[in-house]
Amino acid sequence: MSYSKPLNLIIEGALLASEHPLSLQDIANLFDNDKPSKNEIQKAIDMLNSNYANHSFEIVNVASGFRMQVKKGYDDWISKLNKQSSTRYSKAFLETLVIIAYKQPVTRGDIEEIRGVSVNPQIIRNMIEFEWIKVVGHKETPGKPELLATTKKFLDYFNLKSLSDLPPPADLEIS
Amino acid sequence: MNISNVNNNDVSIIFNGKKITDIPEDLFIPPEALRVIIEQFEGPLDLLLYLIKKQNIDVVDIPILPITNQYVEYINMMQQMQFELASDYLVMASTLAEIKSRMLVPNEVEDDEEEDPRANLIKRLMEYQKYKDLSEQLDEIPRLNRDTFIVSKIFTNIEKKEYLPSIDLQELENAFQEVLKRAEIFASHEIQTETLSVRERMSLILDIINKNGTIKFIDCFTYEEGRMGVIVTFLAILELSKESLIDIVQNQDYSMIYLQSLKS
Repeated sequence: MSYSKPLNLIIEGALLASEHPLSLQDIANLFDNDKPSKNEIQKAIDMLNSNYANHSFEIVNVASGFRMQVKKGYDDWISKLNKQSSTRYSKAFLETLVIIAYKQPVTRGDIEEIRGVSVNPQIIRNMIEFEWIKVVGHKETPGKPELLATTKKFLDYFNLKSLSDLPPPADLEIS
Repeated sequence: MNISNVNNNDVSIIFNGKKITDIPEDLFIPPEALRVIIEQFEGPLDLLLYLIKKQNIDVVDIPILPITNQYVEYINMMQQMQFELASDYLVMASTLAEIKSRMLVPNEVEDDEEEDPRANLIKRLMEYQKYKDLSEQLDEIPRLNRDTFIVSKIFTNIEKKEYLPSIDLQELENAFQEVLKRAEIFASHEIQTETLSVRERMSLILDIINKNGTIKFIDCFTYEEGRMGVIVTFLAILELSKESLIDIVQNQDYSMIYLQSLKS
């Protein structure tokens, strides 16, 4: 297996030029023949990341694949680049989102049951607009309520690879 | 200690000449301040949890009587202030009242297995507490465009593959109509040549293209050949295109159409 350029630099270039995260498969597909194995790609990425020890950026594996991003801790400066105020979400928004993330697929009724207040339809609409959640089906109960679940975009946004990377819930269940 | 109403909506607390912004833990919340505080609650469960925490009691062992009284007191005050109450708050008030009465009434049936009337409420409170905590944790997770940023503004000088615009069939037809009109001028000519072969015309056009690289669509036509010649040429062009031997290219809408050899 040999290419005219080192494998890790090919991957680096592709990640820099790509507008979307690249999965292992996406990276393998960059090669016409003599495709590198997933293991080799992963190794190359690990090597790149260790090279970035003294840099402000790194390669992160999120739900949709690998992407190049600025390391944590630079937000004080970088946030000044984008004039729009950094996004803050209301408590209601976060609570609703967290219930969907942990209890999915859920109905609005399930969310109301836990929060004790009716669901603000605008919040759900926003989440669907952000493509953080989607309707994955309908519950076979009267009224056929929509079943809501989170998407890959939600995980990407929070730098998560899968739902299992979410903080584990404190076990408060009473027996 | 001096609580002054600056105006009807704003309540500020001045203590020893200093303005207090954080309410001390042990302070009884005067009803005037409730208006400000109530907006921070996410619903009846949130308010209940707040009341319970204020008294430093474990959720598992809610003293239902004082908590119910407090809750109802707050609800009443809110109503007196014409605070528009979500019905959810009233539902909780009735739930609390029901639990309270069930606890007061002695258990007539000798049933040790009888559930604690509070059990369901406690379960809901704990469930809500769990998600409330999780939502705070979610808020802490590094988030795009707040804590981390995607490396995205890299300039690449990699040549983008050029995709030429595809031509609408209608446009091709319009161009053909134009050619036909010109051919009309020569309509009176009697063409005596042998029947034109489409295949032959294809080879001819292909030949020109191979030599020159490109040819204008309208230059393919020999008007002296009349309608028949035009049709044969047009068919030949379509056939060449269909067999992927040439490309038909138009750089802009309504601009000149060119035939060119197929780029490999």
